Amino acid sequence: MPSLTVHAGGLTLKNPIMLAAGILGTTGASLRRAALAGAGGVVTKSLGSVPREGHHGPTIVHVECGLLNAMGLPNPSYKEFQEEIDFAKTGGVPVVASIFGSSAEEFAGIARGLKADAFELNLSCPHAEKYGAELGRYPDLVESVTGAVKAAADAPVWVKLTPNTADIVELGLAAQRGGADAVVAINTLKAMAIDIETGYPILGNRFGGLSGPAIKPVAVRAVYDLAMRLEIPVIGVGGVSCWEDAVEMIMAGAGAVQIGTALQKGYGIFEEITTGLARYLERKSLTPEDLRGMAGRR
Amino acid sequence: MRPMNCIIQEVHSEAPLIRTFRLDKKLDPAPGQYVMVWIRGVDEVPMSFSGPDTITVQSVGEATQALFKMGAGSSIGLRGPLGNGFVLRGESILLVGGGVGTAPLAFLGEQAKRAGIRVTSLAGFRCSEDLILQDRLEALGDLVITTDDGSAGIKGRVAEGLKELDLAGFSQIYLCGPEVMMWDIISRTREHAGKTQALLTRYFKCAAGVCGSCCLDPDGTRVCMEGPVIMADRLLESEFGRYRRGPTGGKGLCKG
Repeated sequence: MPSLTVHAGGLTLKNPIMLAAGILGTTGASLRRAALAGAGGVVTKSLGSVPREGHHGPTIVHVECGLLNAMGLPNPSYKEFQEEIDFAKTGGVPVVASIFGSSAEEFAGIARGLKADAFELNLSCPHAEKYGAELGRYPDLVESVTGAVKAAADAPVWVKLTPNTADIVELGLAAQRGGADAVVAINTLKAMAIDIETGYPILGNRFGGLSGPAIKPVAVRAVYDLAMRLEIPVIGVGGVSCWEDAVEMIMAGAGAVQIGTALQKGYGIFEEITTGLARYLERKSLTPEDLRGMAGRR
Repeated sequence: MRPMNCIIQEVHSEAPLIRTFRLDKKLDPAPGQYVMVWIRGVDEVPMSFSGPDTITVQSVGEATQALFKMGAGSSIGLRGPLGNGFVLRGESILLVGGGVGTAPLAFLGEQAKRAGIRVTSLAGFRCSEDLILQDRLEALGDLVITTDDGSAGIKGRVAEGLKELDLAGFSQIYLCGPEVMMWDIISRTREHAGKTQALLTRYFKCAAGVCGSCCLDPDGTRVCMEGPVIMADRLLESEFGRYRRGPTGGKGLCKG
């Protein structure tokens, strides 16, 4: 089997298939389980400075071609979470801490107080007031938050971008100016579902973010555009559910690929994708490096 | 799957804070499986089935209080049945329930009896006023009742009732109740853990196996998907009985 090792955003990953933020990242045990199941790296649930219970239910709705969610950034605070990261590390792969705040100072404070292999700045959650995309849709705020965390952190800084904007490249360039080591694209698309029996919005938060197969073509386009314009690596995420999807995402320009909604099928998805990817590379006599950004060179 | 609309057919009061709701949907659940109940405008919460078309609910918080305001004809949303239920094994089984936890066991016992399996039940309550489903349990076979205050049956915790029973004689043991009670039983009957199935309560935020809020330490078992019924021998070396996580994902005590 060919080597799947990649270097992306300041990390060396034994394979490019990672666990995405917000999926099975609530405990050290679930992160470790993803690592042992074959993930090349894992990202935690987003961590803030104080405990949050998140939104009332329903927090998810299965829709025709994906999953709609509005969890509401539940987390026990970054201080409580360090022991979970330490346990997750026993899985033997890099552990990336997803963090959120309402200001550059709050982000920087968390990055200063937490030990992780890298930080992923959640500037893209579409359904939490004062957080996520409410900052992340403004390029100047993306730049200043990224700069503040870079100055505070002793680990690589990735910036997760929102697709709920006219021009995601503008946000990516802002992250790059702020000193980001990589951008991660995309977070969920703002979306909604209504119960036709009663007219109630189904999600407790009324609206949320769409993930899964529905958003993959959107993610592929975003990753492609970002990879064509940015100097820093792009981590691709959005609707990847099989090895063919991962190949497509890498061809669009992704240095690594994160898996979220497809974990519904179980932890076996990591081995399924990495095995498929390895066989593909072997058949084509290519390295992951050859594959990366191939679409832009055609 | 989007929540399906369901009309409550009938509400029956079992005890001061416990009611059974009959649903207009036959979802064909296995005993031990659960359904996410959406009380529109309030919250969505997991409930175990107490029969093919009933849930038996204890009022404990905002969502259940809102549910208790509903009567026959009211509408709720349902997502399920979900998770892995109990599996019947052998010729003679023991049900061990505490409080409202006896409800899914009564459902299991009825299925077992129909299959020709001999059923013995041990059910514990705080006091005689809290005693539920006595008729259904008595109809299954031998029944031992305990109450904390001695107002019915044997005085003491559920474990007091174990003294009346020879556990070696049962092919399988089924457990459901407050975590402190279940842990008490499991830790006293370690030699039988390999034949004991326990129905767990954890905080289910998504109930779809993706959020991670219900994962058990140390192996990350997703209770909402891989449970809620889990073999007791897997619980002996877990967080079970020691702590569990709440809505923030932080660790808390096992109350109730």
